[in-house]
Amino acid sequence: MSGVMMPRRKLIVRAGGLAAALPLLGACDAINDAPAVRKILSMGEEMNRASQRALIDRDALAREFTRADLSPVFRSNGTRLPPGEAYAAHVASGFADWRVAVTGLVARPLSLSLADIRAMPQRTQITRHDCVEGWSAIGEWTGPQLRRILAAAGVKERARYIVFRCADRLGDALYYESCDMVDALHPQTILAWALNREILPIANGAPLRLRLERQLGYKHAKYVTAIEAVDSLGGIGAGKGGYWEDRIDYEWYAGI
Amino acid sequence: MAEAETPIAPSQTAPLPTRVYRHRLPVRIWHWVNAVTLLVLLMSGLMIFNAHPRLYWGQYGANADYAWFAIGSTPDTGYVRIGAARIETTGVLGRWTDAQGVEKTWAFPGWATIPTSYSLADGRRWHLLFAWVLAISLTLYMLWTVIGGHLRKDLHVRRDEWSPRHIWHDIKDHARLRFPTGAAAARYNILQKLSYIGVIFILLPLMIATGLTMSPGINAAAPWLLDLFGGRQSARSIHFIGAWALVAFFLVHIVMVLLAGPVNEVRSMVTGWFRLPAEKAK
Repeated sequence: MSGVMMPRRKLIVRAGGLAAALPLLGACDAINDAPAVRKILSMGEEMNRASQRALIDRDALAREFTRADLSPVFRSNGTRLPPGEAYAAHVASGFADWRVAVTGLVARPLSLSLADIRAMPQRTQITRHDCVEGWSAIGEWTGPQLRRILAAAGVKERARYIVFRCADRLGDALYYESCDMVDALHPQTILAWALNREILPIANGAPLRLRLERQLGYKHAKYVTAIEAVDSLGGIGAGKGGYWEDRIDYEWYAGI
Repeated sequence: MAEAETPIAPSQTAPLPTRVYRHRLPVRIWHWVNAVTLLVLLMSGLMIFNAHPRLYWGQYGANADYAWFAIGSTPDTGYVRIGAARIETTGVLGRWTDAQGVEKTWAFPGWATIPTSYSLADGRRWHLLFAWVLAISLTLYMLWTVIGGHLRKDLHVRRDEWSPRHIWHDIKDHARLRFPTGAAAARYNILQKLSYIGVIFILLPLMIATGLTMSPGINAAAPWLLDLFGGRQSARSIHFIGAWALVAFFLVHIVMVLLAGPVNEVRSMVTGWFRLPAEKAK
C-alpha cells in the first residue's frame, strides 16, 4: 500500500498556483487534469489488463522463493496500526472474536472465526511483495486459499468480482479493495494469518490479509473483515473498486 | 536515402547547393513520435522514482536493505549517494524550492517530472500509456528497418568501417568538430551507425524488457526475465541507468545537430530533404 498521499484537490489547487508563476508547467498540469486526457490515460490500464489477461495463463504462478531469499526485514506500509477502540479490543483479546463475513452473491453466507480459517487446508508460499512505490520484500505467507472459502460459501455464477472490506480507517473511509474472479480463484491467492512462520504482525495486517501475488501491494487488503461477491463494482465506494483507485486514481488492475 | 535531386559532379568548380532526400517518411514519423514519447517516459519515470528514491541489486530491496544509489535529504541539504560517495545537490535533487518558493524534499524537482506536483498515480498513468506507444512504434520501426532496407542501406556497418583505424579517425574528426561535407554528409558515419543501432536494437528493447520485469503479472508469465536481469530490483536499477544512457544519447544528438547546422538538420527530419554542405576547397 502506499505511503505519503496528497488529495487530488490539493494537487489541483497547487497546480493552479503554479500556473500563475510558471505558465509552461501550469499548462502541463492543466493537461494532466483535463477529463479527456484522464480518459486517454486510463486506456493504458485497460491495455495492460487485457493483454496480461490474454497472454498470462490464468493459473500461472508468481515466482516462489526459498527461505534463503527472505528479506531480513519485511517492510510495512499504509496503515501500520488501525485506529479505534474496536481494533484495540481485538488486539487485547488476541483476535479471539474476529470474524470474517462472506456475503453477497453466495449460496451460503458465512461468518468465519480465525479458528475456522486455520482449520482449513493451508497453503504456504514464499513470494515477493511489490509496492507500487517501487520497493520489494520477500516473505513467507500461510493461509487458506480464497477459492476454498468461496467454494465453501457457494459463490454464484453471476459473481464477477470479489470485494474485500477492511478494519482500518484511512481518512474518510474504511479501506477496501477488489479483484476479478481470475485472481480470486488463483491458487496463490490466500487469506494469510502468518508471515515468516509467526502470527501476522499488526503492521502487516493482523489478523488476516489478502495475498494477491500477481498484483501490486495496495491490492493486498489488510485487516480483512468481509469478503463480498458482486457482479459489479458500481456500488462499491465511488465505483472504481478500491480505496486508492477512488481517491487518487491508482489503477484497479495493478499487474504492472 | 541519398537519392540526389541533381547529380553531384565533383569536377564542378563551384558546386551548386545540392539537396538529397535523406530521411524517408517512416524515419521522420518515428523520430518525432519518439521525441515526445521518450520525453514523457523520462519525466513520468522520474516521478515514479520519487516515490521511492532508492535503488538496489537483487530480487528484493526496501528501506532496511542496502541501496547502491539513493537521493535523499538532511534537515538543510539535498544529496545523491552512489555507493559510499555522497554528493551535495541542494537546490536540484533531494531538496529544492518549487515555483511558489516552497521547499520540497522529493528527489527530482517539479520542473523535471510529470505531473509537476507529487502524484505517483498520475506519473504511472502517463508512463504506462506511453510505454505502449514506445513498444508499438519501436516494433513497427524495427520491422520496417529490417524489411524496408533501412538497416541494409543506411545502418549496415561495412567491413572497412569496422577497422579500428577508421573508427579512431571518425572519433578524432568528431572531437575536432570536423563534419563530413559533400556526398559523404548524406550518409551516416560509423559513430552514427553504431549509436543508432545501439539505441534501436539494444537500449530501447532493454528499457522495455527491464520495465516488464518489474511487472508482477509479467513475472508470472515469463519468470526467465527475473533470471535474465538478476531480480526485480536489479531490473529497476538497470531501467534507471538505461534512462540516463538515453538522456546521454539525446544530449550528444542535440550537440551534433547544433554543430552540423540545426536548420538544415531539423528541416531534413521534417521534410526529408537535406542540403549537402559544400565540399571544402581543395
